[in-house]
Amino acid sequence: MNYFPDEVLEHVFDFVASHRDRNAVSLVCRLWHRVERLSRQRVFVGNCYALSPQILIARFPGLKSLTLKGKPHFADFNLVPHDWGGYVQPWIEALSNSRIGLEELRLKRMVVSDESLELLSRSFANFKSLVLVSCEGFTTVGLAAIAANCRFLRELDLQENEIDDHSGHWLSCFPDSCTSLISLNFACLKGEINLAALERLVARSPNLRSLRLNRAVPLETLQNILMRAPQLVDLGTGSYVHDPDSETYNKLKHTILKCKSIRNLSGFLEVAPRCLPAIYPICLNLTSLNLSYAAGIHGSELVKLIRHCAKLQRLWILDCIGDKGLEVVASTCKELQELRVFPSDPFGVGHAAVTENGLVAISVGCPKLHSLLYFCQQMTNAALIAVAKNCPNFIRFRLCILDPTKPDPVTMQPLDNGFGAIVQSCKRLRRLSLSGLLTDWVFLYIGMYAEQLEMLSVAFAGDSDKGMLYVLNGCKKLRKLEIRDSPFGNKALLTDVGKYETMRSLWMSSCEVTLGGCKTLAKEMPRLNVEIINEHDQMEIGSDEQRVEKMYLYRTLVGPRKDAPEFVWTL
Amino acid sequence: MESKVAYDNELNLIKATELRLGLPGTDDREEQALFSARNNKRPLPDTSKECGSKKNSDARHVDNETAPPAKAQIVGWPPIRSYRKNNLQPKKSDQAEAAGIYLKVSMDGAPYLRKIDLGIYKGYPELLKALESMFKFTIGEYSEREGYKGSEYAPTYEDKDGDWMLVGDVPWDMFMSSCKRLRIMKGSEARGLGCGV
Repeated sequence: MNYFPDEVLEHVFDFVASHRDRNAVSLVCRLWHRVERLSRQRVFVGNCYALSPQILIARFPGLKSLTLKGKPHFADFNLVPHDWGGYVQPWIEALSNSRIGLEELRLKRMVVSDESLELLSRSFANFKSLVLVSCEGFTTVGLAAIAANCRFLRELDLQENEIDDHSGHWLSCFPDSCTSLISLNFACLKGEINLAALERLVARSPNLRSLRLNRAVPLETLQNILMRAPQLVDLGTGSYVHDPDSETYNKLKHTILKCKSIRNLSGFLEVAPRCLPAIYPICLNLTSLNLSYAAGIHGSELVKLIRHCAKLQRLWILDCIGDKGLEVVASTCKELQELRVFPSDPFGVGHAAVTENGLVAISVGCPKLHSLLYFCQQMTNAALIAVAKNCPNFIRFRLCILDPTKPDPVTMQPLDNGFGAIVQSCKRLRRLSLSGLLTDWVFLYIGMYAEQLEMLSVAFAGDSDKGMLYVLNGCKKLRKLEIRDSPFGNKALLTDVGKYETMRSLWMSSCEVTLGGCKTLAKEMPRLNVEIINEHDQMEIGSDEQRVEKMYLYRTLVGPRKDAPEFVWTL
Repeated sequence: MESKVAYDNELNLIKATELRLGLPGTDDREEQALFSARNNKRPLPDTSKECGSKKNSDARHVDNETAPPAKAQIVGWPPIRSYRKNNLQPKKSDQAEAAGIYLKVSMDGAPYLRKIDLGIYKGYPELLKALESMFKFTIGEYSEREGYKGSEYAPTYEDKDGDWMLVGDVPWDMFMSSCKRLRIMKGSEARGLGCGV
């Protein structure tokens, strides 16, 4: 390979797209490392504290697209205190002071301030794409800066962020000269929107393919927008409420017939079910449908709608669809690959929303299913075994029984066998979330069979350290392990400390690990940050026998972080 | 059922060659699993206060109360993003939700408009009283034949079709769902609206 000039190598590497493959390429030899890093444009950083912006900039001077993730996954469920960290500001500052021509920034679970957004908007002339998922800390003022200053903006995608809404003016900040928008998603904004500005923006964006509106956009505006943008591929409606006998609704029915390209549909944040028939014509061609926020569509209307969606590959719904509704999905959506069923009443008791029967029906009717998130009232081993047999292609399998330690209600057994069947049958399984009554046996099975497993979520499961050890020993490709309320202690933590350098991170909360155990680990593994989150007893340096409430450890090149708050203690 | 049998057979194979949880000689896995589940299982936060002793493979501690109380809310469970939890609307919510139907109200001759929340009024009398006090005027008496008699003013509203209608003609619920904005007309215009149907 030394006989090829660099340009040839670079050209070959152009065909190597995935991050992992490029990472592998860069490990072959120094020459390849150099050529690869100089030609790399897209970089993925799974943990923003694993390295520093300076390291990133030094290694990849050609960086155009950066993906950064901040808080640990369990932060989604309020297990991580508010000011834990994950600030994007230092990254934007460093990039802005460098010669990097950033064009795309994708952030997940990070704290983003208006100041950061303003700096971002002014620093990169060619900035094209901003995607924020589950972030917080900014307001519509920051959005206004992005709209006003990013002259070639193509994509502004805000997914499930907590945004302080100060006014709907930010939309008006897109200059008249901005005609480059391809994708705009502001569904998570709670406040009012300047409707006229929105319509004008859509009218001057001929390349617009994806548009997701928020609750404040009424049906009349939707009608006007669809008139101007029949080329949309991805649509998220805002408020879908109107009098079905009105002229506006009739106009909508006709306009929708012209929108032959829509393949993704979502929204319905408010909905008048009698207006749903207008969308039946586009249901035929839908490949992706997200009704998980459409609490206003009840069981029977939901089912009626789904009967039209024969080509669906991805479906996100609420559990009010019921087992019977899932049977309809199973008989209609033969191409289904991904299903997510969310609880419509998470703290309710005993509403028979969905059970194991719905899941089994799906597995029978949809053999292509590879991705599942299923919140249910109960699950049985027999059902899981059947699902494993019918759908051997699972890549992601996340089950959440609302009562977290519920056994198989028919046999009163733990669900070890059921999950065991899943991991044994689904050889390509990469992500698994467990729930229900579970003993150490399920971990034995996971360690034995889940060879491709990269991420495991455990809650209220297991009996002893052996459980965790089975997993750490057996799952060679494990990258993320998150455990809560399970009886794993120091022995499990300390038996194979080298393992953690092969992983991105480990989270353990309400387990049996003690301060002493964590200290030992930190001492033996200097290239890990072992963080103790101690919310209640501020820095009370208790005895080593004291149990640690929350521990988060991750490998890092840059040692303890300097922005850790008082209640986070890096050992 | 066949798959279960096949699976059980495999399980026996596993049992023969693999690590065991219990002492050598103990055989029944299922009994053991149940036993461990009931006694070694870490109690949920609510019940942990009662079972003060540390659980280990300690058979002495038999506590049948380890099943979680049905309604107990555990932090971070079920694992749903806070954003999603906060956006779940209550089931069976009405269309014209009481949580804020803000409408603009204009008054002929007034320099600026006001906004009211229609949802807080239970009927026409309350609404009209509120308007009277907001703009300091009196509305006459309503009659189907003659509209609002005895005053210069007439309360009107723009409905979903864009037409200006007299407030009070239709049932309150229908009014709530079709009203888009209010206008208090004055003088000759007002009288014109009152005459004829």
